[in-house]
Amino acid sequence: MYKILQAEMLTDVTALMVVEAPRVAKYCNPGQFVIVKLDEKGERIPLTICDYDREAGTVTIVFQAVGASTKKMLELHSGDAFQDFVGPLGCASELIDKPIEELKRMKILFVAGGVGAAPVYPQVKWMKEHGVDVDVIVGARTKELVILEDQMREVAGNLIITTDDGSYGRSGMVTKVIEDLYAEGRKYDICVCIGPVIMMKFTCLLTKKLGLPTIVSMNPIMVDGTGMCGACRLTVGDQIKFACVDGPEFDGHLVNFDEAMKRQQMYKTQEGRAMLKLAEGDTHHGGCGHCGE
Amino acid sequence: MDVLKKVPVREQEPKVRATNFEEVCYGYNGEEAVCEAFRCIKCKNPQCVKGCPVGINIPGFIEKVQEGDIAAAYQIISESSALPAICGRVCPQETQCEGKCIRGIKGDPISIGKLERYVADWAKENHVLPKKAEKMNGKKVAVIGSGPAGLTCAGDLAKLGYEVTIFEALHEPGGVLTYGIPEFRLPKSAVVQQEIDNVKSLGVKIECNVVIGKSMTIDQLFEEGFEAVFIGSGAGLPKFMGIPGENANGVFSANEYLTRNNLMKAFDETYDTPISAGKKVAVVGGGNVAMDAARTALRLGAETYIVYRRGEEEIPARAEEVHHAKEEGVIFKLLTNPTEVLVDDKGWVSGLRCVEMELGEPDASGRRRPVVKEGSEFTLEVDTVIMALGTSPNPLISSTTEGLETNKWKCIIAEESNGQTTKEGVYAGGDAVTGAATVILAMEAGKAGARGIHEYLSNR
Repeated sequence: MYKILQAEMLTDVTALMVVEAPRVAKYCNPGQFVIVKLDEKGERIPLTICDYDREAGTVTIVFQAVGASTKKMLELHSGDAFQDFVGPLGCASELIDKPIEELKRMKILFVAGGVGAAPVYPQVKWMKEHGVDVDVIVGARTKELVILEDQMREVAGNLIITTDDGSYGRSGMVTKVIEDLYAEGRKYDICVCIGPVIMMKFTCLLTKKLGLPTIVSMNPIMVDGTGMCGACRLTVGDQIKFACVDGPEFDGHLVNFDEAMKRQQMYKTQEGRAMLKLAEGDTHHGGCGHCGE
Repeated sequence: MDVLKKVPVREQEPKVRATNFEEVCYGYNGEEAVCEAFRCIKCKNPQCVKGCPVGINIPGFIEKVQEGDIAAAYQIISESSALPAICGRVCPQETQCEGKCIRGIKGDPISIGKLERYVADWAKENHVLPKKAEKMNGKKVAVIGSGPAGLTCAGDLAKLGYEVTIFEALHEPGGVLTYGIPEFRLPKSAVVQQEIDNVKSLGVKIECNVVIGKSMTIDQLFEEGFEAVFIGSGAGLPKFMGIPGENANGVFSANEYLTRNNLMKAFDETYDTPISAGKKVAVVGGGNVAMDAARTALRLGAETYIVYRRGEEEIPARAEEVHHAKEEGVIFKLLTNPTEVLVDDKGWVSGLRCVEMELGEPDASGRRRPVVKEGSEFTLEVDTVIMALGTSPNPLISSTTEGLETNKWKCIIAEESNGQTTKEGVYAGGDAVTGAATVILAMEAGKAGARGIHEYLSNR
């Protein structure tokens, strides 16, 4: 069992949890992910690592309730435990392999959308710890959905918050902020963009025009997370890649986002059914439009 | 009773079992087992033993069954095999022990597999355990993977007094026995868990959720005090055909389909993991995994096809699996090869384009090479396609271990006789070395690895 030492709601549907997992904490790096499983009957849920403390032996995860298992996970408190917590999986961010002097010379832009702020955070923190100042854009639909603002402010060289509805920070989507920054005369050598697939798609369309190389982190449907099932396969350029072992980070200008979005819909009906069952218990006997009764 | 005929084994009715996940074969009862055992003529030069990859003393254990001393029969099998309840169920006996049986020349061979299963199941019911080491030697060995190779290697080393820890990547031990082979062929709690518990009773520790190559490396295992390592990580990487439409929703690797169902128990509604079962399913391939996937889809309610590019004679699956699949209603499209997965505008499978094949000259494998029949293209109306084309070893370990060499198929290079790899103190066996093969061959390699490690650590 993997004990939860701290649990905090970041929004109505998003939670942050600090989990005791010494082996993972010892060997993980920014960009990698873990797979958590609540109990015997739970799904294996892949989550990009949000933070880690090697000495304390803890790993921080942030997740949004989208299916039956993640909804149950939301109910967990400090003192509860996950039955399974495996990792680190996937490859670490390639940026951390570059010489520090080179990174210091580079102009680096991080772009986070929604819950994507969680996987962006450890990368920005790593940069700060190695004396590299980076610009960070955090975008969300509305003020209440902006997460990890204080933590991000501590480690970012320059933090820009933007909301789609203008309720907090700048107004508009992250792509608008990037355009504005370029209009103001700023230029970057590399962009790391993590968030919903649709947001990564449009960011990449823009950065391609701007000639700005962009790395994205994909979080498709997975089962084992070790290269065994191929559920997470993506088309990158003219190649098929498994996000779990070849990624999760890829060259955003080569990823086929439309296919990735379609593949993400694969279990939407089933998830909807499981969610309804969870909400209505035994009282649910059809009529939801999902269960075919 | 006709001595040329084997005692028939009772099975679930095909029509009934096609709708449930309970075990197909009921196995022998005591009376049937003894009856079948008496068909054995106890050859002076038993060919069956030569046909067994782990060299079980087959006439020896059968003699004990004749005498009704099943506990003694179990100890004889246990000398050579750590997983008899499993092997009795999944070994391709027709090409091994039973294939060599003298009785088989004229009439049916002895049902050695069913007798082995009977003895192992009896031992379980009567709580007979394999013999433990009398004294531990204080030496630590790490085993990577808890499938048949790893369990066997760990069991043999523990019997020799080693302190063995198995590291398993998934959340449950068993490897392919747990995620791959379905419940109806190999019951998980009654058989697999039981055999794993037997290995644990020898003093073996199993640590799940550790992905060697990611969570930690082999070199870090040595730093943690392990003196030797056995790699039994299997061949987990699925193959796809590389045809258009293969990334459509509704195309799965057999690994994914089976893992969702077996490991994650998607067939049971109380489990959270979903499965897109499909209404009309085509399984591409002709091996045991293809049969498992097809029979699983059938049980989930789908009309199911096996699409295989060669003919009936070339099907590599166990004869019993093909026979069971047909009985249950799986439709065989032989000499048929897919060329394209048709996709609808929402990204889902809408059909499978295929061509018919005919057999030409034998190829490198000795099997006749299938060639496309001109103008034979047709569409199979299906909504789900499962690719069961074989698997290759996962490079997670080989790519993170300096000094561990692989061949061009990414298989770890290891001596067949003792599992020794190109890295000192590291041994390997099973599918990780040979590519996808059978449970029993992995067990044979696990035994060889245990011998190699014992020799290495004894001479240090």
